[in-house]
Amino acid sequence: MRRITTAIMSTITVLVLLFSYRTSLGATAATASDTMTTPDEPGSNTSTQTGASATPTTAPVTTPSAAPTTSTPDPTASDSTGSTSTDGTFAGDSVPTRFGPVQVQVTVAGGQLVDVHAIDYPNSDRHDQRINAYAIPVLNDEALQARSAQIDAVSGATITSDAYIESLQSALDAAHL
Amino acid sequence: MTQTANLTTVAAPPKRSFVAFIMGIPISIHVRGPRARDAGVEAAVERAFAALRLDDLLFSTYRADSEVSRIRRGELALASADRRIREVARLCALANDKTAGAFSAWLPDADGVVRFEPTGLVKGWAVEGAFGTLVGDLDRFGPHDVLINAGGDLHVNCRRTDTPDWVIGIEDPRDRGRVLRRLQLRTGAVATSGTSARGRHILDPRTGEPVRAELLSATVVGPCLTWADVYATAAFVHGRRALSWLAMVPGYGSLLLATDGTVLTTGA
Repeated sequence: MRRITTAIMSTITVLVLLFSYRTSLGATAATASDTMTTPDEPGSNTSTQTGASATPTTAPVTTPSAAPTTSTPDPTASDSTGSTSTDGTFAGDSVPTRFGPVQVQVTVAGGQLVDVHAIDYPNSDRHDQRINAYAIPVLNDEALQARSAQIDAVSGATITSDAYIESLQSALDAAHL
Repeated sequence: MTQTANLTTVAAPPKRSFVAFIMGIPISIHVRGPRARDAGVEAAVERAFAALRLDDLLFSTYRADSEVSRIRRGELALASADRRIREVARLCALANDKTAGAFSAWLPDADGVVRFEPTGLVKGWAVEGAFGTLVGDLDRFGPHDVLINAGGDLHVNCRRTDTPDWVIGIEDPRDRGRVLRRLQLRTGAVATSGTSARGRHILDPRTGEPVRAELLSATVVGPCLTWADVYATAAFVHGRRALSWLAMVPGYGSLLLATDGTVLTTGA
C-alpha cells in the first residue's frame, strides 16, 4: 500500500505542477534588506557543465517536463482575481504510474487546490481512500503582518522528495508554476 | 488649486517557479522579471537542473556506480577521480580547518569504517555552482531576480531594482509549516542544519558519534551557499558554543534555535 501511496503522491505532484495559481502580488513595501556585502573566499565552482542531461535520480517523481496531459482546464485564464471561474471538482485523465493507471479527482475552491482524491487504483485494492496529500500548512508566525505576509521560500533542515508535497515550500512553488 | 500626485501602481513583474527532484530532494527555482515565463528562461532553468543531475551522478552515495561510491569502496583513488570531486575534496579539507574539525568529509560508515563522505559540502557547492551559471545565463534576457531552494538550502540574486526583497522564512523545526523568523535578502545564501526530516543524526566528526544536540537548528546567512551550508552544519555540531565562533566569521550571520527554545543570533 505504501508503494501505491507513493505513486499516487507522485501523480498528485505531477498534477499539482500542472496547475498554475497566481496569487495577486500585493505591492509589499521594500524595507531595509539584510544584504551581506563582505565577500568571503568563494567556495564557488564556476566551471560549466557539458554533456547530455542525465535522467532524474528519484524514480517515483517526475519533473514538470515529463508531466502527462490531463483534461483539467487551465486555471491561469484569469490571474487577477481569485480565479473563482476555475472552482469545482475535476477528474483528470488516467495518469500512468509504474504500478498502473491512476485517475485523480481534484477540487479547487477560491483558486486553491483543496483536495486530491484518487478514484481509480491500479490493482485489486480498490479502497476509496481520500488522499490528503496536498496539505497546505498554515503560516502561523506572529511576527507576520497580515498585509505583508508574503514568503517566497522556506529554509529548514533538508527535506526529502517524499515530504515535499506536504511542505510549505510546495504550496509556495505551486502559486507560480 | 491643488494638484494631487498621480501615483501609478506598477504591476509586479511576472514570476515563475520550477520544481525538480534531484539528489533525493526537491529543488525549486523561482524567476522574477519581464521574461520569467519565456521559453528561453525555462531552457536556462532546465540547464541548471541538468547540471545538478550531472553532479548527482558523480557524487551520490546512493548510486553504486558514482565515482564517490567507487572511492568509498576503494575501487577508485581520489587522485584519479573527476576534477570536480577533487575540487570538493580540497574544499572539504579547507572546511575542516575553518570549522575546527566540526565539519569533516571523513566520517565513519554504518560499519564504523571511516570513508570519504563529502555529501555535507557537495549539496551547497553544487547548488551554488548551478545557481551562479543560471544567473549569468539569464542576463541576456535583461535584469531578473532568481531564487533557488534545494531542500532548504537557498541562494538568491536580484538584478532588478523595482522588486521587493526575497522573503525567506526560517522553518520552526518543532512545527514544520510554522515560520520561526522571516529574513529579507536580495543577494546571498541561507542554509539551515538540524535534525533532518528523516531523523538521521548528524555525526560529530571529532568523536564519530551523533551530536548530542544543544540546538534544534542552525541557520546561516551569507554570500556563498557552500560556506553557509558548511557553517550551519558545523554550528549544529558545536552547539551553543557556535555563537562566539560564528560571530567572528566575517560576512556571515546566523540564527540558532536552542533546545530550550532560545533564539540566538549573530551578524544581523
